[in-house]
Amino acid sequence: MSAAPQARAEVAVIGAGVMGLAIASNLAARGQKGIVVLDANHLAWGASGRNGGGVRQQWSTEMNIRLMQESTELCARFAEEMRINVWMRRGGYLFLARTEAAAERLARNVALQNQCDLPTRMITPADAQELVPELEVGPFVAACYNPTDAVVFPWPFVWGYARAAAKRGVQIRTGVAVTAIERRGDDFVLRTPQGALTAGRVVCAAGAWSPAVARLAGGALPDRPVRHEILSTEPLKPFLKPMVSEIETGLYVSQSLRGELVGGVALPEETNPDGEVRLGSRLAFLTRMARGLTRLMPRLGHVKVVRQWAGPYDVSPDGNPIVGELPGVPGFYVVCGFGGHGFMMAPVVARHYAGFLRGDPPHPFFEAWRASRFTGGGPGGADREEMIIG
Amino acid sequence: MSRKVILCRCEDVTLADVQHAVKLGHVGVEEVKRYTGFGTGPCQGKECLREIACAIAAAAGRPAGDMTPFTARPPLVPTELAVLAGSDPER
Repeated sequence: MSAAPQARAEVAVIGAGVMGLAIASNLAARGQKGIVVLDANHLAWGASGRNGGGVRQQWSTEMNIRLMQESTELCARFAEEMRINVWMRRGGYLFLARTEAAAERLARNVALQNQCDLPTRMITPADAQELVPELEVGPFVAACYNPTDAVVFPWPFVWGYARAAAKRGVQIRTGVAVTAIERRGDDFVLRTPQGALTAGRVVCAAGAWSPAVARLAGGALPDRPVRHEILSTEPLKPFLKPMVSEIETGLYVSQSLRGELVGGVALPEETNPDGEVRLGSRLAFLTRMARGLTRLMPRLGHVKVVRQWAGPYDVSPDGNPIVGELPGVPGFYVVCGFGGHGFMMAPVVARHYAGFLRGDPPHPFFEAWRASRFTGGGPGGADREEMIIG
Repeated sequence: MSRKVILCRCEDVTLADVQHAVKLGHVGVEEVKRYTGFGTGPCQGKECLREIACAIAAAAGRPAGDMTPFTARPPLVPTELAVLAGSDPER
């Protein structure tokens, strides 16, 4: 994007997704000079441009609830602060449970969320139908609803952070793939087809591509890419207020401000021993989603699907993210393994990540989510998160 | 009379919108699709892709032959959920 590339960066960020750009933007706002962001593709090409735009605070651990409360507030201020329309709609999130076991888990989570001052409430299937009259609630035993959760259009977040970062002197180079990472003293040398970049520190924010980038630097990451798909329908008159999600199937659907329904559903995880990122579309997704959606809201049978696409979830072995310095590679920092929730967490994680890189006392997630928990460094401090959907 | 030139009729994307996107540095078809939303409506770019690719090339000062189309996404034509629900490739 820039004509005169720097040959040395104080901080090189690999990955110009929402996480990398938000970290760069926050770092620059904190006074960091010499930041360069590299991406092999164009803005919004990867998972930041392929996700469903859900922003929710309903989680099962206090840390995640509080982080997402902060992130949701950052999202709510984003449009005004960044001067860009992000199509944010706070219609809430409605979770539906088919079994008593799932309903009990939801109730436990709701109690914890209420302790964190989140106004989530358990409701009956009949209440859920009042919120969304089109629902066929027969299969469900209980539901929970938080009116302050939201849906956004993801792409403007990428452009907003990119613009804010560039304004603060960050150099963003798209279409520049890092092909090798070498050590030169305390520095790193990042090789690209467009020339080398020397960097004092490296932040790997490459999402599902993070393990491959870490390998270039001589490190190892245990996260794996899992293909998830989304479909989008023709635009309809606004009728669906909350994002609706079924706990047992992982199906979720929301209506965007443009009127289209956007949603996905989990397929059984495919075998993928090489850990390659797969982005092809599958008919199996389209038909499973169509069956799930028409069962959930039978009136939608005549609604037309216009498009489906795929993106990679970046899934860690215990479902929690991986952050901080990579063991064995001093100066190389990772921020990955968000398991499909990296977009909604990026505003808050990036803010604390920038503080951490500038020497602030680290937010507790740096201990809970540290990379060394997978390499014999003792367990991380994070509880297992139950509200991992899709 | 308005001088607005509509290129994408589904999403009301104009020639000026495309030129503005190119000016901001979005010089590929995929990037302009993301920035303007062209090609995301009922026809999925089947009517406008060629025109918009040419408009991007002209605005960016590049040969039209350099432009590559965006990834085509299923379904081929807008398809009812009920029709998709009735076919099961897993069975």
